[in-house]
Amino acid sequence: MVKKIYFQSIFFSFFFIKESFAAESGGMPQLNPEFWISQIFWLILTFGIMYLVLSKLILPKISGNLESRKSQILENIEAAEKQREDSDAKLKEYDEIISKSKLEANSIFNQSREKAIKDISAKRQILDKQIDSEIAEAEKEIDLLRRSAPNKINQIAIETSSELLQKLIGTEVNNSSISAIVEDLSKRNGDKYYGN
Amino acid sequence: MAANPMSQFNVYRIGPEIKVGAFDISFTNASLFMILSTVSILLIFNLGSKKNSVLPNKIQLLAELSYTFVSKMISDTAGSKAKPYFAFIFSLFMFVLFCNMFGMIPYTFTVTSHIIVTFVLAAFIFIGVTVIGFIKHGFGYLKLFVPSGVPAVLLPLIVVIEIISYLSRPISLSVRLFANMMAGHTMMKVFGGFVISLGIVGGWLPLSFSVALTGLEILVAFLQAYVFAILTCIYLNDALNLHH
Repeated sequence: MVKKIYFQSIFFSFFFIKESFAAESGGMPQLNPEFWISQIFWLILTFGIMYLVLSKLILPKISGNLESRKSQILENIEAAEKQREDSDAKLKEYDEIISKSKLEANSIFNQSREKAIKDISAKRQILDKQIDSEIAEAEKEIDLLRRSAPNKINQIAIETSSELLQKLIGTEVNNSSISAIVEDLSKRNGDKYYGN
Repeated sequence: MAANPMSQFNVYRIGPEIKVGAFDISFTNASLFMILSTVSILLIFNLGSKKNSVLPNKIQLLAELSYTFVSKMISDTAGSKAKPYFAFIFSLFMFVLFCNMFGMIPYTFTVTSHIIVTFVLAAFIFIGVTVIGFIKHGFGYLKLFVPSGVPAVLLPLIVVIEIISYLSRPISLSVRLFANMMAGHTMMKVFGGFVISLGIVGGWLPLSFSVALTGLEILVAFLQAYVFAILTCIYLNDALNLHH
């Protein structure tokens, strides 16, 4: 009885609600203090046990799980970042190597081209010289031949005409007179045969 | 009588009467649903924390989402100083949520629809927060009742109002939850009764109402648990970070 009065004095205000509800629906079971102690007892018991188990066993585990996942993800991200940097550096290295070798190849090509051009020009000069000298020799020979040609022709003309006369007339002919005639003729007609 | 919408709130003894001294601590349907709620909470969160896979399965995801949800709620409202009270607020939120949700199953009993349960929780929070406030700030905690920047003439009135509002915290906290639960369940019961009394001809309207109300009540069940927890966080914030 004392207990009831105690609780009723605590929840004084709610008894107005009870009064108003009581008229309509026959009272609120919530305001019947019969099982209040029992409810408080079981509430403290269940909630207390739940709180203890959650705070000591389960929640630390969940937070540990979350932390470990977070750190694992961070680690993975870091590793990925590192690998990306590595690959970037390697790519740069590769690019450098490629550009270097390109330059090298270019220079080698240029050098060999220059060398080839030099060789070719040297050989050509030698050949040119050879050809020039051969041409000069040939010209000399031709010149020589050309110069000696009228004399020989004159000689032939003199001999043949003397022989011809001998056969025709049957007498010895003075060679010197024939040569004088031939020379005279060839001088007259030389321009016609040789063109110069 | 089953037709009485308040009969769903009746507490009755299951098994024998247990008495410790003058106190009756018999096992009742309320105790049964408290145990059901706590056991299911422990079961779910134990399952959700057992395995630690990088890609969480459904139950682990549920546990971890609840964890981050509550921890974010606490850090948003009460700051980093409230971390030691995380476990309590988490259990509080889960307990209220599960009790509310269990109440949504037909023929069950809603633990939180009883003022004594919500009041004990709220009173514990109130006393705990007050004790924390006095431990952290000494008598400086009384500055909570003296807001800065108030004209001296109004100060006596303001202080009285602040004290009353502070003292009414446990009442408002407990009555909010209890009244919401009770009103919702009563209303559903009333509409359910209408379905029966109007029969197959006219019962469709209250039935559709009942369906809509069930959705609303599930929302309210979550919302009230959230409000209960977040108000606890706000009171804790007052006690931890005294800036008025």
